[in-house]
Amino acid sequence: MSIGTTLLGLLESGPRHGYDLKRLFDERFGHDRPLHYGQVYSTMSRLLRNGLVEVDGVESGSGPERKRYAITDAGVTDVSRWLSTAEKPEPYLQSTLYAKVVLALLTGRDAAGLLDVQRAEHLRLMRELTRRKTSGDLADQLVCDHALFHLEADIRWLELTASRLGRLAREVGA
Amino acid sequence: MSGANTAEGTEALLTATRLRKYFGSTAALNGADFTIDSGEVVAVMGPSGSGKSTLLHCLAGILDLDGGTVRYDGHELSALPDTERSRLRRSDFGFVFQFGQLVPELTCVENVALSLRLAGVARRRAESSATEWMARLEVDDVRDKRPGQVSGGQRQRVAIARALVAGPRLIFADEPTGALDSLNGERAMELLTGAARDTGAAVVLVTHDVRVAAYSDREVVVRDGQVLDTTARIAGTT
Ligand SMILES: Nc1ncnc2c1ncn2[C@@H]1O[C@H](COP(=O)(O)OP(=O)(O)OP(=O)(O)O)[C@@H](O)[C@H]1O
Ligand SMILES: [Mg+2]
Repeated sequence: MSIGTTLLGLLESGPRHGYDLKRLFDERFGHDRPLHYGQVYSTMSRLLRNGLVEVDGVESGSGPERKRYAITDAGVTDVSRWLSTAEKPEPYLQSTLYAKVVLALLTGRDAAGLLDVQRAEHLRLMRELTRRKTSGDLADQLVCDHALFHLEADIRWLELTASRLGRLAREVGA
Repeated sequence: MSGANTAEGTEALLTATRLRKYFGSTAALNGADFTIDSGEVVAVMGPSGSGKSTLLHCLAGILDLDGGTVRYDGHELSALPDTERSRLRRSDFGFVFQFGQLVPELTCVENVALSLRLAGVARRRAESSATEWMARLEVDDVRDKRPGQVSGGQRQRVAIARALVAGPRLIFADEPTGALDSLNGERAMELLTGAARDTGAAVVLVTHDVRVAAYSDREVVVRDGQVLDTTARIAGTT
């Protein structure tokens, strides 16, 4: 996700201090990974440099954490653009797993076993997310469901590949 | 009697050893082993035709074996006389299948109460327990309708209530969500596994759907009539 644009979006409801932004971000989006303060301030200085935010006030005591930021018109446009642009679908896992399967076939290792182990690991994570989902609130459910659908798609791919190993072995010349 | 033991040294709720089952020349089960502890939810997955339903029917004592043994709670199922076995099935087991397990002429609440009535519980009491279970599964509003007058998702929840009402120790579910859309299927699973965990019942859950299997504690995969325990396999590698 784009942390910068998300922080920018959180400013649309009104100016906020850096620490306030971090708290709000963690509360809404930081389920697994809360932001570091350093991340917030480097991101905010970049947004400032690009004219997407401006400093709206500074509390006494100074230091970067005392700055209050407000979104600019350019910032609002940036948020709109981000929200109206589709994300690039990322088949990140398949490329690694595909490489492992082919390498196993080429080196005479147990490709079917590799797929079984991966499938079990995927399902273990799905179990964990399902438990989290059933005990969580709606936000947890939606976050977990997204991960679950992705893992399910990966498992389908693992099963399909397992059923085509013979043909794949012939095609890669193993 | 000494039986198969789990690692902790206590006897598993059910242990099946080297099960064989033939349909003509087809070996539907070819040396299948399976074990489940009290309160455990085990998903049974595997390709179509691999022997999952046959396994479930053999574990429940519905199908006769051509080889191997099933021990349940200290009894060898295949050694029990038929009447004993069906009595045990009624008192200890619950069943949920994909389709058509409700009696169409009875109302939903009468269907749920049926196993209690057969066990000799008076009508008023049986129907009041049935209504409680239906409320828990969020279908008490259809209690007086017949199965043909309610939706597929409601029918399946009624069937789950029916499987749970007599307080079974072991529930056999074969594609319990197979006829439902994914949202209804998940809700049904949440209710089934939630109720099983609360009452301490174990569940053998046959499913094609990994999202449904994710409600289990452990998974086994059936392939060519044999059972592979992939959960144990990965635990062994970490
Ligand atoms: N009553 C029967 N008569 C003859 N053959 C049968 C019978 N029941 C099952 N079989 C055969 O036994 C094998 C295992 O069938 P089973 O129904 O257990 O598979 P399954 O894993 O449940 O499949 P599915 O996922 O499609 O439900 C298959 O080859 C099937 O054709
Ligand atoms: Mg089947």
